Amino acid sequence: MTQFLQQIINGLSIGSVYALMAVGYSLVYSIMNFSNFAHGGIIMLGAYFGFYLLTLFKWPFVLAFFGAALCSTVLAVLLERVAYKPLRMRNAPFLYFIISAMGASMFIENFVIATIGPTFKTYPPVLSREPFQIGSLFIGRLDTMIFITSAVCLLLLVYFIDFTKVGKAIRATAFNARVSALMGINTDMIITLVFAVGGFLAGVAGVLFGMKYTVYPQIGAVTIKSFIAAVFGGLGSLPGAVIGSVILGLLETLISGYFSSQFRDLISFSLLIAILVFRPVGLMGKLGEEKA
Amino acid sequence: MDWFYVKGILILSGINLMAVLGLSLLTGFTGLFSFGHAGFMAIGAYAAAFIGVNLRLPLIVSLLAGGLAAGIISLFIGRLTLKLKGDYFCIATLGFGEAIRLILDNVQVFGGARGWPGIPIRIDLWNVVLINLAGIAFMISLVNSRHGRNMIAIREEELAAETIGIDTFKYKMISLFTSAVYAGIAGGLVGYYTGFLQPKMFGMTKSTELTIIVIFGGIGSISGSVLGTLLLTALPELLRAFALWRLVAYGAAVIFIMISRPEGLMGGKEITFKGILRAFGFGHKHGKAREV
Repeated sequence: MTQFLQQIINGLSIGSVYALMAVGYSLVYSIMNFSNFAHGGIIMLGAYFGFYLLTLFKWPFVLAFFGAALCSTVLAVLLERVAYKPLRMRNAPFLYFIISAMGASMFIENFVIATIGPTFKTYPPVLSREPFQIGSLFIGRLDTMIFITSAVCLLLLVYFIDFTKVGKAIRATAFNARVSALMGINTDMIITLVFAVGGFLAGVAGVLFGMKYTVYPQIGAVTIKSFIAAVFGGLGSLPGAVIGSVILGLLETLISGYFSSQFRDLISFSLLIAILVFRPVGLMGKLGEEKA
Repeated sequence: MDWFYVKGILILSGINLMAVLGLSLLTGFTGLFSFGHAGFMAIGAYAAAFIGVNLRLPLIVSLLAGGLAAGIISLFIGRLTLKLKGDYFCIATLGFGEAIRLILDNVQVFGGARGWPGIPIRIDLWNVVLINLAGIAFMISLVNSRHGRNMIAIREEELAAETIGIDTFKYKMISLFTSAVYAGIAGGLVGYYTGFLQPKMFGMTKSTELTIIVIFGGIGSISGSVLGTLLLTALPELLRAFALWRLVAYGAAVIFIMISRPEGLMGGKEITFKGILRAFGFGHKHGKAREV
Protein backbone atom coordinates (compact mmCIF):
# COMPACT_ATOMS: atom_id res chain seq x y z
CA MET A 1 0.00 0.00 0.00
CA THR A 2 2.81 2.36 0.93
CA GLN A 3 4.56 1.56 -2.30
CA PHE A 4 1.37 2.20 -4.23
CA LEU A 5 0.88 5.61 -2.61
CA GLN A 6 4.54 6.39 -3.23
CA GLN A 7 4.05 5.61 -6.93
CA ILE A 8 0.94 7.80 -7.01
CA ILE A 9 2.95 10.73 -5.62
CA ASN A 10 5.68 10.25 -8.23
CA GLY A 11 3.04 9.92 -10.93
CA LEU A 12 1.36 13.16 -9.90
CA SER A 13 4.68 14.96 -9.95
CA ILE A 14 5.61 13.89 -13.50
CA GLY A 15 1.99 14.14 -14.62
CA SER A 16 1.83 17.78 -13.58
CA VAL A 17 4.93 18.58 -15.67
CA TYR A 18 3.35 16.76 -18.61
CA ALA A 19 0.26 18.90 -18.04
CA LEU A 20 2.26 22.12 -18.37
CA MET A 21 3.69 20.86 -21.64
CA ALA A 22 0.45 19.39 -22.97
CA VAL A 23 -1.44 22.63 -22.39
CA GLY A 24 0.94 24.31 -24.85
CA TYR A 25 0.10 21.78 -27.57
CA SER A 26 -3.59 22.08 -26.88
CA LEU A 27 -3.69 25.89 -26.82
CA VAL A 28 -2.10 26.13 -30.25
CA TYR A 29 -4.25 23.33 -31.61
CA SER A 30 -7.43 24.96 -30.39
CA ILE A 31 -6.69 28.14 -32.36
CA MET A 32 -4.74 26.95 -35.38
CA ASN A 33 -5.79 23.30 -35.78
CA PHE A 34 -2.36 21.80 -36.13
CA SER A 35 0.05 20.01 -33.82
CA ASN A 36 2.94 22.30 -33.03
CA PHE A 37 5.72 19.72 -32.90
CA ALA A 38 8.30 22.44 -32.30
CA HIS A 39 6.83 22.96 -28.82
CA GLY A 40 9.19 20.26 -27.52
CA GLY A 41 12.12 22.31 -28.78
CA ILE A 42 10.90 25.36 -26.85
CA ILE A 43 10.61 23.25 -23.68
CA MET A 44 14.15 21.98 -24.19
CA LEU A 45 15.46 25.50 -24.68
CA GLY A 46 13.64 26.58 -21.51
CA ALA A 47 15.49 23.87 -19.60
CA TYR A 48 18.82 25.07 -21.04
CA PHE A 49 18.08 28.72 -20.26
CA GLY A 50 17.30 27.82 -16.67
CA PHE A 51 20.47 25.78 -16.42
CA TYR A 52 22.74 28.50 -17.79
CA LEU A 53 21.11 31.31 -15.84
CA LEU A 54 21.70 29.30 -12.67
CA THR A 55 25.22 28.07 -13.34
CA LEU A 56 26.85 30.57 -15.68
CA PHE A 57 25.19 33.79 -14.53
CA LYS A 58 24.68 32.61 -10.95
CA TRP A 59 21.21 34.12 -10.76
CA PRO A 60 19.11 33.27 -7.71
CA PHE A 61 16.70 30.46 -8.43
CA VAL A 62 13.45 32.43 -8.57
CA LEU A 63 14.98 34.96 -10.94
CA ALA A 64 16.48 32.26 -13.16
CA PHE A 65 13.15 30.47 -13.17
CA PHE A 66 11.28 33.51 -14.49
CA GLY A 67 14.17 34.43 -16.75
CA ALA A 68 14.02 31.03 -18.45
CA ALA A 69 10.24 31.25 -18.80
CA LEU A 70 10.51 34.71 -20.38
CA CYS A 71 13.23 33.59 -22.81
CA SER A 72 11.02 30.69 -23.90
CA THR A 73 8.12 33.08 -24.33
CA VAL A 74 10.14 35.27 -26.68
CA LEU A 75 11.38 32.24 -28.63
CA ALA A 76 7.90 30.76 -29.00
CA VAL A 77 6.63 34.05 -30.43
CA LEU A 78 9.65 34.24 -32.70
CA LEU A 79 8.99 30.68 -33.87
CA GLU A 80 5.45 31.61 -34.79
CA ARG A 81 6.62 34.70 -36.67
CA VAL A 82 9.24 32.83 -38.69
CA ALA A 83 7.77 29.40 -39.30
CA TYR A 84 3.99 29.79 -39.20
CA LYS A 85 2.97 33.37 -39.90
CA PRO A 86 3.95 33.32 -43.61
CA LEU A 87 1.87 30.13 -43.99
CA ARG A 88 -1.03 31.69 -42.11
CA MET A 89 -0.94 34.74 -44.36
CA ARG A 90 -1.62 32.70 -47.47
CA ASN A 91 -4.03 30.21 -45.87
CA ALA A 92 -1.73 27.25 -46.49
CA PRO A 93 -3.13 23.76 -45.86
CA PHE A 94 -2.56 22.46 -42.34
CA LEU A 95 -0.06 19.87 -43.55
CA TYR A 96 2.37 22.64 -44.42
CA PHE A 97 2.14 23.82 -40.82
CA ILE A 98 3.02 20.36 -39.53
CA ILE A 99 5.95 20.03 -41.89
CA SER A 100 7.16 23.49 -40.93
CA ALA A 101 6.81 22.52 -37.27
CA MET A 102 8.82 19.34 -37.86
CA GLY A 103 11.49 21.41 -39.59
CA ALA A 104 11.59 23.87 -36.72
CA SER A 105 11.83 21.10 -34.16
CA MET A 106 14.66 19.48 -36.11
CA PHE A 107 16.41 22.85 -36.41
CA ILE A 108 16.19 23.67 -32.70
CA GLU A 109 17.30 20.24 -31.50
CA ASN A 110 20.26 19.97 -33.83
CA PHE A 111 21.24 23.59 -33.34
CA VAL A 112 21.65 22.86 -29.65
CA ILE A 113 23.60 19.67 -30.42
CA ALA A 114 25.89 21.57 -32.78
CA THR A 115 26.53 24.51 -30.47
CA ILE A 116 26.22 23.28 -26.87
CA GLY A 117 26.84 19.61 -27.53
CA PRO A 118 24.91 16.42 -26.87
CA THR A 119 26.11 15.91 -23.29
CA PHE A 120 23.78 15.68 -20.32
CA LYS A 121 23.76 18.61 -17.90
CA THR A 122 22.63 18.38 -14.31
CA TYR A 123 20.96 21.25 -12.51
CA PRO A 124 22.72 22.42 -9.37
CA PRO A 125 20.80 21.34 -6.25
CA VAL A 126 18.23 24.04 -5.52
CA LEU A 127 16.26 22.28 -2.82
CA SER A 128 17.60 19.97 -0.16
CA ARG A 129 17.27 16.31 -1.00
CA GLU A 130 15.77 15.64 2.44
CA PRO A 131 12.18 14.45 1.84
CA PHE A 132 9.13 15.21 3.96
CA GLN A 133 7.91 12.23 5.89
CA ILE A 134 4.23 11.60 6.50
CA GLY A 135 3.73 8.30 8.32
CA SER A 136 5.72 5.83 6.25
CA LEU A 137 5.48 7.92 3.09
CA PHE A 138 8.39 9.95 1.77
CA ILE A 139 7.52 12.97 -0.29
CA GLY A 140 10.43 14.64 -2.05
CA ARG A 141 10.72 18.40 -1.67
CA LEU A 142 11.36 18.68 -5.38
CA ASP A 143 8.25 16.66 -6.24
CA THR A 144 6.17 18.83 -3.94
CA MET A 145 7.57 22.00 -5.43
CA ILE A 146 7.01 20.72 -8.99
CA PHE A 147 3.44 19.80 -8.22
CA ILE A 148 2.64 23.12 -6.51
CA THR A 149 4.31 25.22 -9.22
CA SER A 150 2.49 23.37 -11.98
CA ALA A 151 -0.83 23.60 -10.16
CA VAL A 152 -0.40 27.37 -9.61
CA CYS A 153 0.51 27.92 -13.27
CA LEU A 154 -2.46 25.89 -14.46
CA LEU A 155 -4.85 27.70 -12.12
CA LEU A 156 -3.55 31.04 -13.36
CA LEU A 157 -4.08 29.81 -16.90
CA VAL A 158 -7.65 28.80 -16.13
CA TYR A 159 -8.28 32.22 -14.59
CA PHE A 160 -6.73 33.91 -17.60
CA ILE A 161 -8.72 31.92 -20.17
CA ASP A 162 -12.05 31.81 -18.34
CA PHE A 163 -12.30 35.07 -16.46
CA THR A 164 -10.50 37.80 -18.38
CA LYS A 165 -11.53 39.71 -21.46
CA VAL A 166 -8.47 38.57 -23.41
CA GLY A 167 -9.26 35.01 -22.41
CA LYS A 168 -12.72 35.44 -23.80
CA ALA A 169 -11.20 36.63 -27.07
CA ILE A 170 -9.00 33.52 -27.16
CA ARG A 171 -12.02 31.28 -26.61
CA ALA A 172 -13.92 33.12 -29.32
CA THR A 173 -11.04 32.71 -31.77
CA ALA A 174 -10.81 29.02 -30.95
CA PHE A 175 -14.53 28.69 -31.59
CA ASN A 176 -14.45 30.43 -34.94
CA ALA A 177 -11.48 32.49 -36.04
CA ARG A 178 -13.11 34.15 -39.02
CA VAL A 179 -16.22 35.34 -37.23
CA SER A 180 -14.12 36.54 -34.29
CA ALA A 181 -12.04 38.59 -36.68
CA LEU A 182 -15.24 40.11 -38.09
CA MET A 183 -16.33 40.98 -34.55
CA GLY A 184 -13.20 43.09 -34.20
CA ILE A 185 -10.89 40.67 -32.44
CA ASN A 186 -7.34 41.03 -33.61
CA THR A 187 -6.74 37.33 -34.31
CA ASP A 188 -3.13 37.94 -35.25
CA MET A 189 -2.56 39.35 -31.77
CA ILE A 190 -4.45 36.43 -30.21
CA ILE A 191 -2.25 33.92 -31.99
CA THR A 192 0.89 35.72 -30.82
CA LEU A 193 -0.53 35.74 -27.31
CA VAL A 194 -1.35 32.04 -27.41
CA PHE A 195 2.20 31.24 -28.46
CA ALA A 196 3.50 33.51 -25.71
CA VAL A 197 1.42 31.78 -23.04
CA GLY A 198 2.38 28.34 -24.38
CA GLY A 199 6.02 29.41 -24.48
CA PHE A 200 5.94 30.67 -20.90
CA LEU A 201 4.49 27.40 -19.64
CA ALA A 202 7.01 25.52 -21.79
CA GLY A 203 9.83 27.40 -20.09
CA VAL A 204 8.43 26.60 -16.65
CA ALA A 205 7.98 22.94 -17.63
CA GLY A 206 11.50 22.83 -19.06
CA VAL A 207 13.08 24.11 -15.84
CA LEU A 208 11.00 21.74 -13.68
CA PHE A 209 11.83 18.81 -15.92
CA GLY A 210 15.51 19.71 -15.92
CA MET A 211 15.53 19.86 -12.13
CA LYS A 212 13.84 16.50 -11.76
CA TYR A 213 15.89 14.72 -14.40
CA THR A 214 18.68 16.19 -16.54
CA VAL A 215 19.00 18.55 -19.47
CA TYR A 216 19.93 17.21 -22.89
CA PRO A 217 19.06 18.09 -26.50
CA GLN A 218 16.68 15.16 -26.98
CA ILE A 219 14.21 16.25 -24.30
CA GLY A 220 11.84 16.60 -27.25
CA ALA A 221 11.51 12.81 -27.24
CA VAL A 222 10.04 13.08 -23.76
CA THR A 223 7.79 15.99 -24.61
CA ILE A 224 6.25 13.86 -27.34
CA LYS A 225 4.67 11.99 -24.43
CA SER A 226 3.01 15.15 -23.22
CA PHE A 227 1.71 15.43 -26.75
CA ILE A 228 0.25 11.92 -26.38
CA ALA A 229 -1.36 13.18 -23.18
CA ALA A 230 -2.84 16.11 -25.07
CA VAL A 231 -4.26 13.76 -27.71
CA PHE A 232 -5.50 11.44 -24.99
CA GLY A 233 -7.37 14.25 -23.26
CA GLY A 234 -8.61 15.65 -26.56
CA LEU A 235 -6.51 18.02 -28.65
CA GLY A 236 -7.67 21.58 -28.18
CA SER A 237 -9.23 21.01 -24.79
CA LEU A 238 -7.34 22.44 -21.81
CA PRO A 239 -9.04 20.40 -19.05
CA GLY A 240 -8.57 17.38 -21.30
CA ALA A 241 -4.85 18.06 -21.60
CA VAL A 242 -4.47 18.29 -17.82
CA ILE A 243 -6.50 15.15 -17.09
CA GLY A 244 -4.79 13.24 -19.89
CA SER A 245 -1.37 14.24 -18.52
CA VAL A 246 -2.13 13.21 -14.97
CA ILE A 247 -3.50 9.86 -16.14
CA LEU A 248 -0.47 9.28 -18.37
CA GLY A 249 1.92 10.26 -15.57
CA LEU A 250 0.23 7.86 -13.14
CA LEU A 251 0.09 5.09 -15.73
CA GLU A 252 3.78 5.46 -16.52
CA THR A 253 4.97 5.38 -12.92
CA LEU A 254 2.70 2.47 -12.08
CA ILE A 255 3.90 0.49 -15.09
CA SER A 256 7.56 1.11 -14.38
CA GLY A 257 6.97 0.49 -10.68
CA TYR A 258 5.11 -2.79 -10.92
CA PHE A 259 5.89 -4.12 -14.37
CA SER A 260 8.95 -3.00 -16.28
CA SER A 261 10.28 0.39 -17.24
CA GLN A 262 11.24 -1.05 -20.64
CA PHE A 263 7.61 -1.33 -21.61
CA ARG A 264 6.67 2.13 -20.33
CA ASP A 265 7.20 3.98 -23.61
CA LEU A 266 5.76 1.13 -25.64
CA ILE A 267 2.57 1.32 -23.63
CA SER A 268 2.42 5.12 -24.02
CA PHE A 269 2.66 4.86 -27.80
CA SER A 270 0.23 1.95 -27.98
CA LEU A 271 -2.14 4.05 -25.90
CA LEU A 272 -1.79 6.80 -28.49
CA ILE A 273 -2.77 4.47 -31.34
CA ALA A 274 -5.59 2.93 -29.32
CA ILE A 275 -7.09 6.34 -28.56
CA LEU A 276 -6.86 7.43 -32.18
CA VAL A 277 -8.58 4.23 -33.28
CA PHE A 278 -11.35 4.11 -30.72
CA ARG A 279 -11.92 7.71 -29.80
CA PRO A 280 -9.92 10.12 -31.96
CA VAL A 281 -11.41 13.17 -30.25
CA GLY A 282 -9.95 12.07 -26.92
CA LEU A 283 -11.54 12.14 -23.50
CA MET A 284 -12.83 15.71 -23.52
CA GLY A 285 -12.66 16.65 -27.18
CA LYS A 286 -15.68 17.67 -29.15
CA LEU A 287 -16.51 16.04 -32.44
CA GLY A 288 -15.56 18.54 -35.09
CA GLU A 289 -17.63 18.85 -38.20
CA GLU A 290 -15.84 18.51 -41.47
CA LYS A 291 -15.66 21.67 -43.50
CA ALA A 292 -15.97 21.13 -47.19
CA MET B 1 37.96 10.46 -53.56
CA ASP B 2 38.29 6.84 -54.56
CA TRP B 3 35.69 4.71 -56.29
CA PHE B 4 34.98 2.61 -53.21
CA TYR B 5 33.79 5.68 -51.32
CA VAL B 6 31.69 6.99 -54.19
CA LYS B 7 30.17 3.55 -54.60
CA GLY B 8 29.20 3.52 -50.94
CA ILE B 9 27.42 6.84 -51.27
CA LEU B 10 25.62 5.66 -54.40
CA ILE B 11 24.44 2.49 -52.67
CA LEU B 12 23.21 4.50 -49.70
CA SER B 13 21.35 6.83 -52.06
CA GLY B 14 19.84 3.83 -53.79
CA ILE B 15 18.61 2.39 -50.51
CA ASN B 16 17.13 5.71 -49.46
CA LEU B 17 15.59 6.11 -52.88
CA MET B 18 13.45 2.98 -52.51
CA ALA B 19 11.95 4.28 -49.26
CA VAL B 20 11.55 7.78 -50.68
CA LEU B 21 9.79 6.49 -53.81
CA GLY B 22 7.26 4.71 -51.64
CA LEU B 23 6.71 7.72 -49.44
CA SER B 24 6.47 9.89 -52.53
CA LEU B 25 3.44 7.89 -53.65
CA LEU B 26 1.78 8.26 -50.26
CA THR B 27 2.68 11.88 -49.58
CA GLY B 28 3.31 13.36 -53.00
CA PHE B 29 0.54 11.68 -54.94
CA THR B 30 -2.08 10.78 -52.34
CA GLY B 31 -1.57 13.65 -49.92
CA LEU B 32 -1.18 11.56 -46.78
CA PHE B 33 1.70 12.40 -44.48
CA SER B 34 3.48 9.68 -42.58
CA PHE B 35 5.91 10.19 -39.73
CA GLY B 36 6.35 6.48 -39.18
CA HIS B 37 7.73 5.09 -42.42
CA ALA B 38 10.92 4.04 -40.69
CA GLY B 39 8.67 1.56 -38.88
CA PHE B 40 7.85 -0.12 -42.20
CA MET B 41 11.54 -0.09 -43.08
CA ALA B 42 12.31 -1.80 -39.78
CA ILE B 43 9.71 -4.50 -40.38
CA GLY B 44 11.05 -5.10 -43.88
CA ALA B 45 14.65 -5.12 -42.67
CA TYR B 46 14.11 -7.66 -39.92
CA ALA B 47 11.79 -9.85 -41.95
CA ALA B 48 14.11 -9.91 -44.97
CA ALA B 49 17.15 -10.64 -42.84
CA PHE B 50 15.34 -13.32 -40.85
CA ILE B 51 14.09 -15.09 -43.96
CA GLY B 52 17.37 -14.76 -45.81
CA VAL B 53 19.46 -16.03 -42.91
CA ASN B 54 17.23 -18.90 -41.78
CA LEU B 55 15.74 -20.14 -45.03
CA ARG B 56 18.73 -19.33 -47.25
CA LEU B 57 16.53 -17.88 -49.95
CA PRO B 58 18.00 -15.81 -52.79
CA LEU B 59 18.38 -12.07 -52.20
CA ILE B 60 15.50 -10.91 -54.34
CA VAL B 61 13.05 -13.33 -52.75
CA SER B 62 13.99 -12.31 -49.23
CA LEU B 63 13.77 -8.62 -50.14
CA LEU B 64 10.30 -9.14 -51.59
CA ALA B 65 9.30 -11.10 -48.52
CA GLY B 66 10.47 -8.19 -46.36
CA GLY B 67 8.48 -5.79 -48.49
CA LEU B 68 5.43 -8.02 -48.26
CA ALA B 69 5.74 -8.26 -44.49
CA ALA B 70 5.75 -4.46 -44.24
CA GLY B 71 2.83 -4.35 -46.67
CA ILE B 72 0.74 -6.77 -44.64
CA ILE B 73 1.34 -4.78 -41.45
CA SER B 74 0.41 -1.62 -43.35
CA LEU B 75 -2.94 -3.17 -44.22
CA PHE B 76 -3.71 -3.58 -40.52
CA ILE B 77 -2.53 -0.09 -39.71
CA GLY B 78 -4.38 1.38 -42.67
CA ARG B 79 -7.61 -0.39 -41.78
CA LEU B 80 -7.40 1.18 -38.32
CA THR B 81 -6.15 4.65 -39.08
CA LEU B 82 -6.91 5.67 -42.66
CA LYS B 83 -10.42 6.74 -41.67
CA LEU B 84 -8.94 9.42 -39.42
CA LYS B 85 -9.22 12.99 -40.57
CA GLY B 86 -6.60 15.67 -40.76
CA ASP B 87 -3.37 15.38 -38.88
CA TYR B 88 -4.66 12.53 -36.74
CA PHE B 89 -3.35 10.16 -39.41
CA CYS B 90 0.18 11.59 -39.12
CA ILE B 91 -0.03 11.35 -35.35
CA ALA B 92 -1.12 7.71 -35.61
CA THR B 93 1.78 6.88 -37.95
CA LEU B 94 4.14 8.60 -35.55
CA GLY B 95 2.86 6.38 -32.74
CA PHE B 96 3.13 3.33 -35.00
CA GLY B 97 6.74 4.02 -35.97
CA GLU B 98 7.84 4.51 -32.38
CA ALA B 99 5.89 1.45 -31.22
CA ILE B 100 7.63 -0.76 -33.82
CA ARG B 101 11.02 0.52 -32.72
CA LEU B 102 10.23 -0.08 -29.05
CA ILE B 103 8.89 -3.57 -29.75
CA LEU B 104 12.05 -4.49 -31.66
CA ASP B 105 14.08 -3.12 -28.75
CA ASN B 106 12.59 -5.88 -26.64
CA VAL B 107 12.62 -8.81 -29.07
CA GLN B 108 15.60 -10.82 -27.89
CA VAL B 109 15.60 -13.15 -30.92
CA PHE B 110 16.85 -10.21 -33.01
CA GLY B 111 19.30 -9.02 -30.37
CA GLY B 112 16.98 -6.40 -28.90
CA ALA B 113 18.36 -2.89 -28.55
CA ARG B 114 21.94 -4.13 -28.88
CA GLY B 115 21.37 -4.98 -32.51
CA TRP B 116 21.73 -7.96 -34.78
CA PRO B 117 25.19 -8.44 -36.34
CA GLY B 118 26.35 -11.00 -38.85
CA ILE B 119 23.79 -10.62 -41.61
CA PRO B 120 25.47 -11.72 -44.87
CA ILE B 121 26.42 -8.79 -47.08
CA ARG B 122 24.83 -9.38 -50.45
CA ILE B 123 24.34 -5.90 -51.83
CA ASP B 124 26.50 -4.34 -54.47
CA LEU B 125 26.02 -1.32 -56.67
CA TRP B 126 24.68 -3.23 -59.65
CA ASN B 127 21.85 -4.96 -57.83
CA VAL B 128 20.83 -1.77 -56.01
CA VAL B 129 20.68 0.06 -59.32
CA LEU B 130 18.63 -2.74 -60.90
CA ILE B 131 16.19 -2.77 -57.99
CA ASN B 132 15.90 0.99 -58.16
CA LEU B 133 15.24 0.98 -61.89
CA ALA B 134 12.52 -1.61 -61.42
CA GLY B 135 11.08 0.41 -58.55
CA ILE B 136 11.07 3.64 -60.57
CA ALA B 137 9.54 1.95 -63.61
CA PHE B 138 6.74 0.41 -61.58
CA MET B 139 6.07 3.69 -59.78
CA ILE B 140 5.89 5.69 -63.02
CA SER B 141 3.44 3.25 -64.56
CA LEU B 142 1.35 3.21 -61.38
CA VAL B 143 1.21 7.00 -61.14
CA ASN B 144 0.24 7.35 -64.80
CA SER B 145 -2.43 4.67 -64.60
CA ARG B 146 -6.09 5.18 -63.72
CA HIS B 147 -5.27 4.19 -60.14
CA GLY B 148 -2.58 6.82 -59.91
CA ARG B 149 -4.94 9.49 -61.18
CA ASN B 150 -7.49 8.47 -58.58
CA MET B 151 -4.86 8.94 -55.90
CA ILE B 152 -3.98 12.39 -57.23
CA ALA B 153 -7.68 13.25 -57.16
CA ILE B 154 -7.77 12.32 -53.47
CA ARG B 155 -4.78 14.54 -52.82
CA GLU B 156 -6.36 17.49 -54.61
CA GLU B 157 -9.79 17.31 -53.00
CA GLU B 158 -10.89 14.27 -51.11
CA LEU B 159 -14.53 15.22 -50.84
CA ALA B 160 -14.81 15.92 -54.56
CA ALA B 161 -13.03 12.67 -55.38
CA GLU B 162 -15.53 10.80 -53.27
CA THR B 163 -18.43 12.57 -54.94
CA ILE B 164 -17.40 11.47 -58.41
CA GLY B 165 -17.32 7.89 -57.23
CA ILE B 166 -13.73 7.16 -56.28
CA ASP B 167 -13.52 4.72 -53.40
CA THR B 168 -11.17 6.97 -51.44
CA PHE B 169 -10.58 4.51 -48.62
CA LYS B 170 -9.60 1.76 -51.03
CA TYR B 171 -7.18 3.98 -52.92
CA LYS B 172 -5.61 5.35 -49.75
CA MET B 173 -5.16 1.74 -48.70
CA ILE B 174 -3.50 0.78 -51.99
CA SER B 175 -1.24 3.80 -51.73
CA LEU B 176 -0.25 2.98 -48.15
CA PHE B 177 0.30 -0.69 -49.01
CA THR B 178 2.51 0.09 -52.02
CA SER B 179 4.55 2.63 -50.11
CA ALA B 180 5.00 0.22 -47.21
CA VAL B 181 6.24 -2.48 -49.61
CA TYR B 182 8.80 -0.03 -51.02
CA ALA B 183 9.88 0.96 -47.50
CA GLY B 184 10.14 -2.71 -46.54
CA ILE B 185 12.38 -3.47 -49.51
CA ALA B 186 14.52 -0.46 -48.60
CA GLY B 187 14.79 -1.82 -45.07
CA GLY B 188 15.85 -5.21 -46.41
CA LEU B 189 18.54 -3.50 -48.47
CA VAL B 190 19.83 -1.75 -45.33
CA GLY B 191 20.30 -5.09 -43.58
CA TYR B 192 22.03 -6.78 -46.50
CA TYR B 193 24.27 -3.78 -47.12
CA THR B 194 25.46 -2.99 -43.60
CA GLY B 195 25.29 -6.56 -42.28
CA PHE B 196 23.96 -5.17 -39.03
CA LEU B 197 20.53 -4.11 -37.84
CA GLN B 198 19.58 -2.11 -34.79
CA PRO B 199 16.13 -0.71 -33.93
CA LYS B 200 17.77 2.70 -33.35
CA MET B 201 18.47 2.94 -37.09
CA PHE B 202 14.74 3.21 -37.72
CA GLY B 203 13.77 5.96 -35.30
CA MET B 204 11.68 9.03 -35.81
CA THR B 205 14.67 10.90 -37.28
CA LYS B 206 14.71 8.46 -40.18
CA SER B 207 10.98 8.92 -40.81
CA THR B 208 11.31 12.69 -40.74
CA GLU B 209 14.33 12.54 -43.02
CA LEU B 210 12.35 10.56 -45.61
CA THR B 211 9.46 13.01 -45.46
CA ILE B 212 11.88 15.91 -45.80
CA ILE B 213 13.47 14.39 -48.91
CA VAL B 214 10.04 13.98 -50.52
CA ILE B 215 9.11 17.57 -49.76
CA PHE B 216 12.50 18.86 -50.82
CA GLY B 217 12.31 17.02 -54.13
CA GLY B 218 8.83 18.26 -54.77
CA ILE B 219 5.40 16.91 -53.98
CA GLY B 220 3.94 14.88 -56.82
CA SER B 221 7.12 14.39 -58.81
CA ILE B 222 9.03 11.12 -59.13
CA SER B 223 12.04 12.72 -60.77
CA GLY B 224 11.96 15.26 -57.94
CA SER B 225 12.17 12.43 -55.42
CA VAL B 226 15.09 10.89 -57.28
CA LEU B 227 16.92 14.21 -57.47
CA GLY B 228 16.10 15.04 -53.86
CA THR B 229 17.43 11.68 -52.66
CA LEU B 230 20.65 11.97 -54.63
CA LEU B 231 21.24 15.53 -53.43
CA LEU B 232 20.32 15.06 -49.79
CA THR B 233 22.18 11.75 -49.40
CA ALA B 234 25.30 12.75 -51.30
CA LEU B 235 25.65 16.35 -50.15
CA PRO B 236 26.21 15.67 -46.44
CA GLU B 237 28.63 12.86 -47.33
CA LEU B 238 30.65 15.16 -49.52
CA LEU B 239 30.73 17.86 -46.85
CA ARG B 240 31.82 15.68 -43.97
CA ALA B 241 33.14 18.62 -41.95
CA PHE B 242 29.65 19.99 -42.12
CA ALA B 243 28.17 16.83 -40.54
CA LEU B 244 27.20 18.39 -37.24
CA TRP B 245 25.28 21.15 -38.96
CA ARG B 246 23.64 18.92 -41.55
CA LEU B 247 20.40 18.39 -39.65
CA VAL B 248 20.35 22.05 -38.61
CA ALA B 249 20.47 22.99 -42.26
CA TYR B 250 17.78 20.39 -43.08
CA GLY B 251 15.45 21.91 -40.50
CA ALA B 252 16.04 25.44 -41.74
CA ALA B 253 15.64 24.29 -45.36
CA VAL B 254 12.31 22.65 -44.60
CA ILE B 255 10.90 25.81 -43.04
CA PHE B 256 12.31 27.86 -45.90
CA ILE B 257 10.76 25.55 -48.52
CA MET B 258 7.40 25.62 -46.75
CA ILE B 259 7.25 29.40 -46.53
CA SER B 260 8.75 30.22 -49.92
CA ARG B 261 8.39 27.31 -52.36
CA PRO B 262 6.10 24.64 -50.91
CA GLU B 263 6.04 22.80 -54.24
CA GLY B 264 9.70 21.79 -53.73
CA LEU B 265 12.54 21.38 -56.19
CA MET B 266 10.54 20.07 -59.14
CA GLY B 267 7.16 21.54 -58.28
CA GLY B 268 5.03 18.64 -59.49
CA LYS B 269 6.85 18.51 -62.84
CA GLU B 270 8.82 15.63 -64.23
CA ILE B 271 12.04 15.43 -66.19
CA THR B 272 11.24 13.45 -69.30
CA PHE B 273 13.38 12.23 -72.12
CA LYS B 274 11.47 14.47 -74.50
CA GLY B 275 11.99 17.40 -72.16
CA ILE B 276 15.75 16.86 -72.11
CA LEU B 277 15.94 16.74 -75.89
CA ARG B 278 13.84 19.86 -76.07
CA ALA B 279 16.08 21.66 -73.60
CA PHE B 280 19.05 21.00 -75.86
CA GLY B 281 17.13 22.15 -78.92
CA PHE B 282 16.45 18.76 -80.49
CA GLY B 283 12.82 18.48 -79.57
CA HIS B 284 9.78 18.36 -81.77
CA LYS B 285 8.19 21.62 -82.63
CA HIS B 286 5.10 20.88 -80.61
CA GLY B 287 6.72 18.86 -77.85
CA LYS B 288 6.25 20.20 -74.39
CA ALA B 289 9.41 21.14 -72.55
CA ARG B 290 8.24 19.49 -69.40
CA GLU B 291 5.26 17.35 -68.98
CA VAL B 292 3.07 18.22 -66.08
